[in-house]
Amino acid sequence: MHLTNTADTTVHAHQHTQTQPEVGVKSSKGTKPLRNPCNLCQSVRAILKRPKTGQQLCKECFYHVFETEIHNTIVDNKLFKKGDRVAIGASGGKDSTVLAYVMKLLNDRYNYGLDLVLLSIDEGITGYRDDSLETVKRNRDQYQIPLLIISYKDLYGWSMDDIVKEIGRKNNCTFCGVFRRQALDRGAIMLNVDHIVTGHNADDIAETVLMNILRGDLPRLQRCTSIITNDTSDDASGIETSKILRSKPFKYTYEKEIVMYAYFKKLDYFSTECIYSPNAYRGYARVFLKELEAIRRTAIVDIIHSGEALSASVQANESTKLPTMTNCTRCGYISSNELCKACLLLEGLNKGLPQLGIGHTTKIRRIHEAAANVAEGLSLSSTSLLSPTTALSGNGAESATVVTAVASSSTSSTLEERGKTVTHIKDLARLETMPSLQTTS
Amino acid sequence: MATKDTLQIELQFSGGMELLFDNQKTIQADVPAFFPIVTKDTDTNQQERHAATIRDLIAWTSIELLKERPELFIGDDGSVRAGILVLINGADWELEGELEYELQDKDEIVFISTLHGG
Repeated sequence: MHLTNTADTTVHAHQHTQTQPEVGVKSSKGTKPLRNPCNLCQSVRAILKRPKTGQQLCKECFYHVFETEIHNTIVDNKLFKKGDRVAIGASGGKDSTVLAYVMKLLNDRYNYGLDLVLLSIDEGITGYRDDSLETVKRNRDQYQIPLLIISYKDLYGWSMDDIVKEIGRKNNCTFCGVFRRQALDRGAIMLNVDHIVTGHNADDIAETVLMNILRGDLPRLQRCTSIITNDTSDDASGIETSKILRSKPFKYTYEKEIVMYAYFKKLDYFSTECIYSPNAYRGYARVFLKELEAIRRTAIVDIIHSGEALSASVQANESTKLPTMTNCTRCGYISSNELCKACLLLEGLNKGLPQLGIGHTTKIRRIHEAAANVAEGLSLSSTSLLSPTTALSGNGAESATVVTAVASSSTSSTLEERGKTVTHIKDLARLETMPSLQTTS
Repeated sequence: MATKDTLQIELQFSGGMELLFDNQKTIQADVPAFFPIVTKDTDTNQQERHAATIRDLIAWTSIELLKERPELFIGDDGSVRAGILVLINGADWELEGELEYELQDKDEIVFISTLHGG
């Protein structure tokens, strides 16, 4: 059958091509030289080619290298202190599932002495998050780590389904992203943790670097490459910010290896794309990066390095002033403006002006102008909801008036309907009535 | 020893890849042993035919088995779309010759998407 074997000088010249033709090894008995031996143990067939190094490894050596590199990342960057209470941001997807598994494993293996909890955010996306949360619940039982789920609906009064109904499928990811970041912090406060770890991997970070460059977002470019953020030892400003550290133990871990690890370990993860995200900017950055990586293997790590170098030069260049951080006057969350982004977005939602805080399209301007005209006819002495310095697409004073005007005229009915305008953390009492920690049974 | 016309190949889809295949995680497929496929009308020179490779399998799968959005499976170059991992009998296809790997009867080929977020 397998007669013509001339094509065996295939793309990858394996180390053992000088030995007998490889065809038919599977069915053959007896001892033949090992095909594709592991570069480390030399005794078992390799099952993975590492994207980072090109090394070929067998299953056990791969597990060992994968886990040890993450351990080294944790130790070298001094991510944790003994006794830290650490929340694992868990979505049920591949990254956070592997993260939960590996954190548990390393904590046991190296006696980190960490008190681990799972923290999940329920954005309220039917047919997506409800299913993925079932995966997280199984992980809770499989890994014996307690789990807290908090929802946008409870925190903000709006689920993503509600938001999409209101604003459509454009910009919905902005709401989701801003809300999630705060929601994780809120959850962490409830859980009284010192630290949140997330499953962002090297590929994710490279994507984010790319997106921040494309958007010219220098402050975020700086933040996205740091392995640990909110580290107060670095922050001399003395401003009361979130005291909760955030880190990415997978910063140097490639997506391919995470997926292969989950596959070989048969970890239970959820892999459906968010029903609202197919057109999101990130999707394009992701595909672009994958294509780059196919041509140039080091693309991922190159882009991360570029991001680090660029952010270092941003820091060094005094003319590029980074925004000074302050606290949101409404909810107290850390913000570069008087009102934090989440409060601004919520205000827009609650007042029927959902484009607030998104950006300035001509359409919104027109609405603003129309509203401003209305405002002229009204008393301008009504309570100002937003201070004039609030960064509303650059035209501060005008917009502030507009919001007031709109609130007191056209959308006043919607306001009453939604009676309880939830300004998230302000209602600390709300948090007390939140679902309690679900421990493993 | 008669040459078989088809090879029995087990295809597995995961990481969201199964969504393109009617949610089937495993498909037992009878894949032609040689390509290009000869039909009655075509007068293909026998010598131009070659034993089926992964490249042929990808094209064949996208025509015969794929249910939707082929652009999420196959790329312009005839390979799988960037970001899809392939395993041949439990090993990374990068160790097995990738597209040029010659299919063997009873092979197990796994496609895992990494493009689906968490």
